[in-house]
Amino acid sequence: MRNIINFIKRQHFFFLFLLLQIIAFILIFQNHNYQRSFFVNSANNFAGSIYQSYSGMTEYLRLKQINEQLAEEINNLRHYTENSFLVNDKHVFTHHDTLYKRQFLYINAKVINNSVFNRSNYITLNKGRAHGVKPDMGIITNNGIVGIITNVSENFSSAMSFLHAGVKISARHKNSRHLGTLQWDGYNYRKATMLYIPPHVSLNKGDTIVSSGYSLIFPENIPIGTISDYHISKGENFYSVSIDLFLDYNNIEYVSIVKNLMKEERQALEEKSQTPF
Amino acid sequence: MGQTILKYTGKLLLLVLFQVVILNQIRFSGYMTPYVYVAFILLLPLNFPKTGLLILAFILGIIMDSFSDSLGMHTSACLFMAFLKPTVINIVSGKREYGDDISPTIKNMGIRWVIFYTFLMVFLHHLFLFFIEIFSFREFFSTITRAFLSSLFSTLLLIIGYFIFEKSTR
Repeated sequence: MRNIINFIKRQHFFFLFLLLQIIAFILIFQNHNYQRSFFVNSANNFAGSIYQSYSGMTEYLRLKQINEQLAEEINNLRHYTENSFLVNDKHVFTHHDTLYKRQFLYINAKVINNSVFNRSNYITLNKGRAHGVKPDMGIITNNGIVGIITNVSENFSSAMSFLHAGVKISARHKNSRHLGTLQWDGYNYRKATMLYIPPHVSLNKGDTIVSSGYSLIFPENIPIGTISDYHISKGENFYSVSIDLFLDYNNIEYVSIVKNLMKEERQALEEKSQTPF
Repeated sequence: MGQTILKYTGKLLLLVLFQVVILNQIRFSGYMTPYVYVAFILLLPLNFPKTGLLILAFILGIIMDSFSDSLGMHTSACLFMAFLKPTVINIVSGKREYGDDISPTIKNMGIRWVIFYTFLMVFLHHLFLFFIEIFSFREFFSTITRAFLSSLFSTLLLIIGYFIFEKSTR
């Protein structure tokens, strides 16, 4: 016994290193299991407030671009106003609320920290628990998927960007409505790869890819990007498709956090039918 | 004693703020991500107590992690680097002997020693960090390339920094 204690004493440098390294790895794995991670992330109030004041300083430099984005968004919304439709029927409709039950709510948020050049990137937003944000909510803009909320504090939330090694998104080829899995392969933040499209689907360069709506996180038909290239590698059974993303991840300012009001209901149902008798 | 602690705390905060507020915001390219905050460990005196070295590396890593959402990754890489610091100093110094409490500055050690030492330490840190970050050997060679180019860049920034700060304190 004494020998062991002496050995540990002599090698205390190595054992201290081992101990601290184990703590670091526990932290890493806790982060992967992201529901349970605690205060050491940029959603904590100290790091959050530094990022917020920094973003406040640099924001005005980008006002022009933000104005353009807003104008574009207003223009898109104008497509749906009553004025842009010609009324050409004389029937009277009654609008039943039971036909249109609201499924998604959107919370407007501002990006206060963002990166695109790491292999796994994260985003910090200026809305938190106080505004109704919860982990696992999706983040979108009008032309793409931004990421998924992982941690929430009172006033801030941090999220895995789509540009993250662990994020895979269910997407759909708009013309043929075939499903695939979209993921980022690192390096170029304007490009992504779509996998698992079967070879009998006819693809064209320039075809649009949209979100599938099969996930609990993102609504259907959010435009994501266009096909820039596709091929079947030797020995593979599926296309691998390169996508040009619509969204410039280096330049996102205002985003919408998606709240799925029927998530619990659907999740409970799906879990119920997947459990064996 | 109190003064020393104050000096180290100031250094640590300055380096972390510089890394987070300036370097992390300027995006050069996917292949070059400089991390200069490790200078805090590099600049500790050569005979700094080993236990203290690991504890300081741990604290530095935790602070960096809390800023970059990489919970534990920077901590792990900093610990790895701090653990190998005595070995690297032995390798770089060869048979030369140094007195007590000497800091690894250009004035004390000479420019070649400092460049070699800085690059080796920074490369170990970056390599470990990038592999932890993707957590697989799937992109083995591109990760090594990233680590190498990023280390070159970090070393360049650090050497420029040494010149500026050593001159101003003289």
